[in-house]
Amino acid sequence: MQPTPLVTLNQAGIQVSGKWLVKDVSFSVAPGEIVTLIGPNGSGKSTTAKLALGILKPSQGQATRRAGLRVAYVPQQLAIDWTLPLNVSQFLQLTGALSREEIHDAVDACGLQSPLDAEVRTLSGGEFQRVLLARAIAKQPELLVLDEPVQGVDFAGENALYQLISEIRDALNCGILLISHDLHVVMAQTDRVLCLNGHVCCSGTPTAVAASEEFQTLFGLRAENQLAVYTHHHDHEHASTGAIQPCEDHHVG
Amino acid sequence: MWDDFLIRALFAGLGVALIAGPLGCFVIWRRLAYFGDTLSHGALLGVALALLFEVHVTAAVFVLSALIALSLLWLQRHASISSDALLGLLSHSALAIGLVVLAFMTWVRVDLLGLLFGDILAVSWLDVGLIWFGALAALGFLGIMWTSLFASTVNRELAEAEGLKPERAELLLMLLLAAIIAVAIKIVGVLLITSLLIIPAAAARRFAPGPVWMAGLASGLGMLAVTGGLLGSMTYDTPTGPSIVVMALILFLVSLTPIASRIQHRIRHAKIAD
Repeated sequence: MQPTPLVTLNQAGIQVSGKWLVKDVSFSVAPGEIVTLIGPNGSGKSTTAKLALGILKPSQGQATRRAGLRVAYVPQQLAIDWTLPLNVSQFLQLTGALSREEIHDAVDACGLQSPLDAEVRTLSGGEFQRVLLARAIAKQPELLVLDEPVQGVDFAGENALYQLISEIRDALNCGILLISHDLHVVMAQTDRVLCLNGHVCCSGTPTAVAASEEFQTLFGLRAENQLAVYTHHHDHEHASTGAIQPCEDHHVG
Repeated sequence: MWDDFLIRALFAGLGVALIAGPLGCFVIWRRLAYFGDTLSHGALLGVALALLFEVHVTAAVFVLSALIALSLLWLQRHASISSDALLGLLSHSALAIGLVVLAFMTWVRVDLLGLLFGDILAVSWLDVGLIWFGALAALGFLGIMWTSLFASTVNRELAEAEGLKPERAELLLMLLLAAIIAVAIKIVGVLLITSLLIIPAAAARRFAPGPVWMAGLASGLGMLAVTGGLLGSMTYDTPTGPSIVVMALILFLVSLTPIASRIQHRIRHAKIAD
């Protein structure tokens, strides 16, 4: 029997000044499930996540969350300005006070190296991503939304972070909505992949999506070789050639 | 030398500085300095309108500032105008219209210099009472909304996603800014209000080991600037409002020296010890 989904998008779309950012997106995230959104830049991954979170209201379709859902969100852009004196411990308690134990558990789980009174601003990219993750899991969310959580992290760190995300899922049994532009690194942990390009291009298990024609058209040659070579240039010419074939018949319902 | 009017001035200034501290921090964190300027310049128009329609000046300024603040908030959210240019346009237009309207009203005698640079020595005990009542109420509201307001200052979408209500907190901040501008006109005048918000908060930044500390220290430094400015203006016979701002600036310059980081260090260690 399927547990009640934490969040469900039903044919959701959003239109801003006459232009559809995303359209006809349907999926749901159940407890203990990792759903990954992939797609080229500007394909509406972050917009879809914001629809799921309720930050944006759909202009078409529905986005529903379970009542009283505990949500944690790691946004794509989060810069701490110089004018803000904020140390790790204060940052972890940004949206609510935590007990000393909760702080230590989150810090240990994420393998934070910096002291709690270190200013967040001074941390390295990888360490800052861990702080963001620690903040998100400290409040024991039921739904965790991660928007490109591996930015500014080197390859080894990236693998470690994805490993960590999957451990978090096992420990908290929370649903995770993950946004990534790299399918190959997240493959092992992800239950379901949605390939977006303004709409759902294709979806399914990571292997099925990687093998699908739509995915290969969208990501080009790199997708075919994805398990062989790691390239750091995610958004190359294939995304903007206009040769993308929408495949309406592959929508998930 | 402490005459009654001086004591009134001191208490009025301390009350405004108390609430200007935390509000000033939010002005800095959210980059609202220019926004504050626009509101305070608009306040002059509020004074002119109050005199024209013979209503209470502080109340009129509060209502007008609040209206300007809310419409700016709406414009920034919904129109794709560069807010920098928009604020510049509104700020100086409001100031100019205010001055023109005042000039037309030949039947009222207006102390223009007092409006522009403050007339703290003219406050009454009623003013003092109102300022303290308002400041304490504002502190209470800020305390209640702190988490929501601060989290949305760091990242609005994060705050909204995690169930805090950024809109409510931002609305409160706008109303409090309008209120402090309405009362601070008497203290430092239309042209210097933003400095009372920004300079103590900027000075506090280098001493503070955390956001709440920064808000508290900004209050303290603002109070120090008010006291020092009043004393200085008595001793050297200088205008009081500008003297307070100069004193605040001196405190800011001190914060740039190594003394500040030493104090920050000490606060941090005292905190770890307990």
